[in-house]
Amino acid sequence: MRMNNPQLDADGRLKHLLSIEGLPKKILNQILDTAESFVGVAEREVKKVPLLRGKTVCNLFFENSTRTRTTFEIAAKRLSADVISLNVNASSQSKGETILDTINNLIAMHADMFVVRHAQSGAAHFIAQHVPAHIHVINAGDGRHSHPTQGLLDVFTIRKYKPDLHNLRVAIVGDILHSRVARSEIHALTTLGVPEIRVIAPKTLLPTQVEKLGVHVYHDINAGLKDVDVVMMLRLQNERMNGAMLPSVQEYFKTYGLTQERLALAKPDAIVMHPGPMNRGVEIDSSVADGRQSVILPQVTYGIAIRMAVMAILAGGQAGGAQ
Amino acid sequence: MTSRKITLPDAEVLLQTLAEKLKPLLQPNTALVGIQSGGVWLMQRLLTMLDSTITANHIEHGTLDVSFYRDDYAQRGLKIETRPSQITFDVEGKHIILIDDVFYTGRTTRAAMNELFDYGRPASISLVALINRGGRELPITPQITAADITLHTNQNLQLIQNADGILSLELQTSSE
Repeated sequence: MRMNNPQLDADGRLKHLLSIEGLPKKILNQILDTAESFVGVAEREVKKVPLLRGKTVCNLFFENSTRTRTTFEIAAKRLSADVISLNVNASSQSKGETILDTINNLIAMHADMFVVRHAQSGAAHFIAQHVPAHIHVINAGDGRHSHPTQGLLDVFTIRKYKPDLHNLRVAIVGDILHSRVARSEIHALTTLGVPEIRVIAPKTLLPTQVEKLGVHVYHDINAGLKDVDVVMMLRLQNERMNGAMLPSVQEYFKTYGLTQERLALAKPDAIVMHPGPMNRGVEIDSSVADGRQSVILPQVTYGIAIRMAVMAILAGGQAGGAQ
Repeated sequence: MTSRKITLPDAEVLLQTLAEKLKPLLQPNTALVGIQSGGVWLMQRLLTMLDSTITANHIEHGTLDVSFYRDDYAQRGLKIETRPSQITFDVEGKHIILIDDVFYTGRTTRAAMNELFDYGRPASISLVALINRGGRELPITPQITAADITLHTNQNLQLIQNADGILSLELQTSSE
């Protein structure tokens, strides 16, 4: 993957968005800066630009999602694309069709772009390797591996509130082990030069050798939150848990839940983030989720701008090259 | 691409001419909109030069980056650097004066007009350009220019702003 990065074309331009790992800083910044221009589009009388007029975007969701699918759909529509959202669980797959057959059928219908979510890590890569050159693939979450647009929108949100990324202390709290979001966030933050990233979790919810990603590990949330600028909470992923990793949900909240008292250990102007959907009273207290420091809803709004930026960068300029 | 200097008008002198010609258009209910990036530099200078007229008539202003409306997106993709368009006033019913540096094919103007209409329905749109270099490809032409220069298609005329804010013109000729 390092040698032949499937995400970039021969000129180093973005061809597919599959993971943040392997993307140069230049491209991350290009996506973030372009998203900045799209934020204003949503505040206008007409919330649309004509860039993807005549293009067809297929949202292929082999795994459930409401927020991600909706924001991708809105993003594509605001770029004037035609959008089809397929819940593949409920359709052909249950009748035994393979992923590639599903894809080939959609290509036969002249789809131009696929937004793919799948429970299997590497599913979007697999699809990207099998589509013709003019078709673009965006990973909307694959297994435990990656969720690049979530990572990007999180960094975009941080940059909006804390523009100087080179002076930040960021804590990611919770189920790191099952979280593709955490992995994407860590890669994005590291690439963009955030000097200190902390992960706070019980041993059972941390991947082995997590330190190799360049993060500091804390098992005690009170110590981990001290003086941080950003608190990124993760959802406790019940559906990805096999076996008894936790004594109980109540116990988890007691030990790792974000309460007002714990948040007070962070810097007074620290922001609180969550990729959603939230388990109130499990990983985050309602008063924090709805509190003054919460930027959880702005994350959703910025998610649309980020997804517009990614699609706009991917779909333009088949020949020649951007200036 | 080779760059050779030929005798070009002084952009600062042209700017004075443009300001004089623009002044009578500055009525109440007009608004100035600069097109990135040269048009925005010109607008900022004009705002200072015509300050008393602009203040007296309560003239508002904004900027457009037409990247999302360009007709060459499919060929050339998105520019690496886009800037947010900033139209903070109500476009509805306004007499809009678009400001651009070099008028050429008219395609940028078309893109700017399309974008403006997504903010609302203006009463009218006029176009002011520092230079009309000839070669329009659409039924669009500037109402006011400071100079008309005819250039060949392999020539590229650009407005440059130096660190002190001084404007100048640069002509590049490609050797195809």
